[in-house]
Formats: sequence, C-alpha cells, structure tokens
Amino acid sequence: MLLFSLRRLMLAIPTLLGVSLVVFGLVHIAPGNPIDMLMPPEASPEAIAQMKIAYGFDKPLYIQYFLWLGHAAVGQFGLSVFNATPVWDQLVVALGNTVQLALLAAFFGFGFGIVLGLLSAAYYGKWPDKLFSAITTAGVSLPHYWCAIVLVMLCAVLHDWLPAQGMGDDSLPFYERLQYMILPVVTLMLIPMGVIGRLVRARVLDIISQDFVGALSAKGLTRWPVLRHIIKNAAPPVLALMGLQFGYLLGGSILIETVFNWPGSGNLLNLAIFRRDIPVLQATILVLATFFVLLNLAVDVIQAAIDPRIRR
Amino acid sequence: MASDTTMAQPGTLAAPAAAFIAPAGYWKLVRRRLLRDKTTLFVTAMLVAIVFISLAAPWVTSYDPYQGSIMLRLKPIGTPGHWLGTDETGRDIWTRLCYGGRLSLLAGVVPVAVSLVVGSFLGIVAGFVGGRIGTLIMRTMDVFYAFPSILLAVAICGLLGNGLTNSIIALAVVFIPPMVRIAETVTAQTRQLDFVEAARAGGTSTMQIIRHHILSNVLGTILVYATSLISLSIILSAGLSFLGLGVTPPQAEWGLMLNSLRQAIYVQPYVAALPGLLIFVTSMCFNLMSDGLRGAMDVRLNR
Repeated sequence: MLLFSLRRLMLAIPTLLGVSLVVFGLVHIAPGNPIDMLMPPEASPEAIAQMKIAYGFDKPLYIQYFLWLGHAAVGQFGLSVFNATPVWDQLVVALGNTVQLALLAAFFGFGFGIVLGLLSAAYYGKWPDKLFSAITTAGVSLPHYWCAIVLVMLCAVLHDWLPAQGMGDDSLPFYERLQYMILPVVTLMLIPMGVIGRLVRARVLDIISQDFVGALSAKGLTRWPVLRHIIKNAAPPVLALMGLQFGYLLGGSILIETVFNWPGSGNLLNLAIFRRDIPVLQATILVLATFFVLLNLAVDVIQAAIDPRIRR
Repeated sequence: MASDTTMAQPGTLAAPAAAFIAPAGYWKLVRRRLLRDKTTLFVTAMLVAIVFISLAAPWVTSYDPYQGSIMLRLKPIGTPGHWLGTDETGRDIWTRLCYGGRLSLLAGVVPVAVSLVVGSFLGIVAGFVGGRIGTLIMRTMDVFYAFPSILLAVAICGLLGNGLTNSIIALAVVFIPPMVRIAETVTAQTRQLDFVEAARAGGTSTMQIIRHHILSNVLGTILVYATSLISLSIILSAGLSFLGLGVTPPQAEWGLMLNSLRQAIYVQPYVAALPGLLIFVTSMCFNLMSDGLRGAMDVRLNR
C-alpha cells in the first residue's frame, strides 16, 4: 500500500512539472512582451532595462523558468504588478474563501447526489427514478452561471430574501454572513449533485444485478450486511468522481465567483487577467492545477485502499 | 486513473464500440432505431430550427442587431414592436438572439471539430506506433488533464487575449486530450484484432490498414463522443464570452448578452434570463441527441 502510494506520487511529479511548464510557457507564447504589460507605454528605455533586470527578463528563458519554479516551490510568487502586495498573501486569502464555498457545495452536492442516486436505484423504473433522471439530464446541460443569475433574479431582485453579491462584512454576525453563502453554494452544488447521483444509480443497479448479491441474500444475510457489500463495491468509482468534482469546485469556480462577486481564487484570476497582472495570474493557475493533481493523487490512493484490485 | 471520468466519461464510451465489427445491415439498424426514437427526432428538429433561425436571421427579423435607440432602452418583454424587449443600448433582443446563434453555435461546434481531427490523428499515431512516440503523446495529454477544463480555457484565453479565434483555440486545447485517449484506446484494441493481423500478413500497407480498418472503428466511437462534447463546448464558450474573454462587443453572442443584460437585472429582471435559456436549451438538445445516437449505435441493445 505504501509502495503504491509512493509510486503514484512519483508519477505525479512529471505531471506537475509539465503543468508548471504550461503555465510558464503560456505567458511567453502570449502576444506582447511581458515587460510591456508591466510598464506604462511612455516609460524611458533605461527604466525598461532596469525593470527587465529586476524581474529577471534579461536572462535566457530556461533560466527564468528554473528561477520562477524554484521560487514557486517555496511559495515565493513575488509582488502583484497591480498593487505591489505579495502574491502569496492575496492567494491564500482568496483560496480560503473558495475552499469555504467548495466544501459546503461538495457536502450538500455529494450528500443529495448519493441519496437521490440510491432512491432512484431503489425505485428503478418507477416515477421517482424517471423524475430524477429528467432532472439530472437537464442538470448536465445546465450553464450554471445562468442558473446563478436566475437565482439572483428570484431571491434578490424579485424578492428580498437573500443578498445577491459579496461575502458580507466581517463585523456581521455569523448567521448573517452565512446568508451570503446560500446562493453560491446552491448553484455550485447542482452539477456535483447530478453527476454523482447518476453514477451512484448506475453503479448500484449494476452491482445489484450481479450474482454475488443474490448469493449473499440466499446465504441468509439480512438487508443491511448486503447493503454494506453493495456500498463497498460501488464506492471506488464514486469516490474518484467526487475527487474530480471537488477539484472542479475549487478550480472551476471562476464563473460563479464572478456572478456573485465572491472574493475567491476564481475572482482573483479574473481580476488578474483584466489587470494583466502576470505574477498573480501564473500563481493562481499553478496553485489551482497543483491542487487538482494532488486531489487526484489522494483519490487514487484512497481508492486503492478500499479496493485491492486497483493496487497493481 | 481517476481522470477517465474527466468530462462526459470518455472511458465508458470508448469501451463498448471498441472491439466490435459492424455486421452487415448495421447502419440500417441504426437508422431504424433513430427513426423510432421520438425524443431524438424532436431534439434534432429543435436544433435544425435553431440553426435555421440563426442563419436566416435577416429574414426572421427586420431590425439591425447593432443599431439601438436610446429612447427604447431596456424595454420589458411584450413591448409592441419588440416582443422580447430591448437591451441596455435599445437593441431588439429577439434580433440579437437570432443573430447571436451564429457566433454561439460557431464558437461551440468548431472547437469540437478541430479537436476531433487533431485528437484522432494524435490518438491513432499513439495507439498504432506506440513506443516512445506514443508515450510522449500520452504523457503530454496527461499534463493537460491536470487542469480543470474551465481553468485551462480561461488561462489560455486570458493570456492569448480575447476574441473568437482564441476562444476556439482554448476550447480545442481543452477537448483534445479526451479525444486522444479515446482514439488511442480504440486503435490499440483494434490493432490486436485478427482481421488486422490478417491484413498485415496479406501484405496490406500500414497506411491502408489505418485508413480501412483503424479509422472506420475509431471514427464511430469518437463521433458519438464529439456530439456529447458539443453540449459542454457551447456552455464553456458562452461562459468565456460571459467572462469577457471570448467574443468581443458589440457582436451578438448569447454569453456576452447574458453578461451585459445581467448588469441591468435590477431594471429588467426577466430579460436577463433569455440568452441563458437559449444556451441551456441548445446544449440540452445536443446532449439528448448524443444520447439517442449512442443508444442507436449500441450493438449490445437488441431492439
């Protein structure tokens, strides 16, 4: 098991290096000199030369890459070009805000997804199953940013039920700040709910039809031990999908955070793009992608712990 | 590895059709199944209608999509002469929605087509040649799998700059890795089948084997997968425009319209929902059509 985890970790390292190359490379493929984005157009040639040295742009590209990577590995992403505050500090705050939403959305989304998936498997072919299938089919093609706008329209514009934007003041009492989270969390949980629900339903139906479940019942096992076997067999792919979905909640939050003006990592990314704030941009993408890789790694290890057949 | 389930679960799509050889009369059966499937027929008709209306936009509406009137800003739904209301610069929304279909469909379908061509080429090479070249291709794809799809698209668009072309490039890059994986799996599986061995033993050249045997097997699987991706592609491309990273104003595009109408949600709440509704309906039609196609092409079902 330990060996498997270590081997899996070793496999993640080239992927992470590749990710860093992509993030670094994208900036240099982009049209325009990175220095032009940092300096006002009327800057003198001397000032530009100075800036080049200060940011290391005078060095060859591969040295720039290794310098950047070395600093990135210890969380040194330099200063934001826009407001000269350390990139890392901005990123930590923003990530914290994103994680809050993602955890809540994952909790409710996965929870409802599992319950709905189990229910529709139990009522296979009957109306709850059909209703749920219709909802998930619609849910998979739902542009969730539009859903967010519709929710804002319903709950904040037409009725004054919930706040439409931001995350509230720190001075507000806890339950009032919680209100700011309701709409983003509801929007974010819809897709994980549908996707997990579909998979749970499919897996459970698949396993129930297998011979060993009949054998267990025939052996005289009561309902709960049989159910335990079903869950144990259904779990690995569901867990894998949960890991991925959680990764999407963290890394793909840009649209929802933009609609709700939630000061998370997606919002930071969006601002960095429009301010051409390259250090912030690179750091945010790199950190989010790294999260995603590590999450997949963790999922693989957990899967292997549950299902020894995967450990090869 | 977990990322098999990244998008519309390419792994599950690749498996069934892989080791199967079309029996005689297979396509006839597919056609008969499709003609009996009312849902698929209905959504296909809807899509034809949406495509038709956006192509025939100048004949469907008498207004100019770019010419607004300051006097007629943000009129509600049901205004005489503007039955879906007007936007923040007084342009007719029905007109903008009709014209917007052109760019929205283009920005959604083209990336899938590009990734289909590039992805199946790379996948066939990786699966057929294998060895070091195959490993290199597949490991490179793994790197792109390490990004959540929206994040990668936003990163590429954000750095290359906004515009229709960059949004198409960004989404094509997002969709190439799953295409490569499917093409690689199917190719590697087909290559080992007896009839390919027989063809090789009979002296058929590599190019001919690929053209006749591999391609015919890869294309069916990958086309079904591609139709399911169009749905996601339409949502993502509209999402990029929604963020201001895709199509640029004043052009008419559903994601862009959604963004600009959203700013006026406190003045005209209902109008803001319209472009999104169209994105939703179009994407769902593509999704259901792809489901129907997959069902009709599934050899295991004997209906």
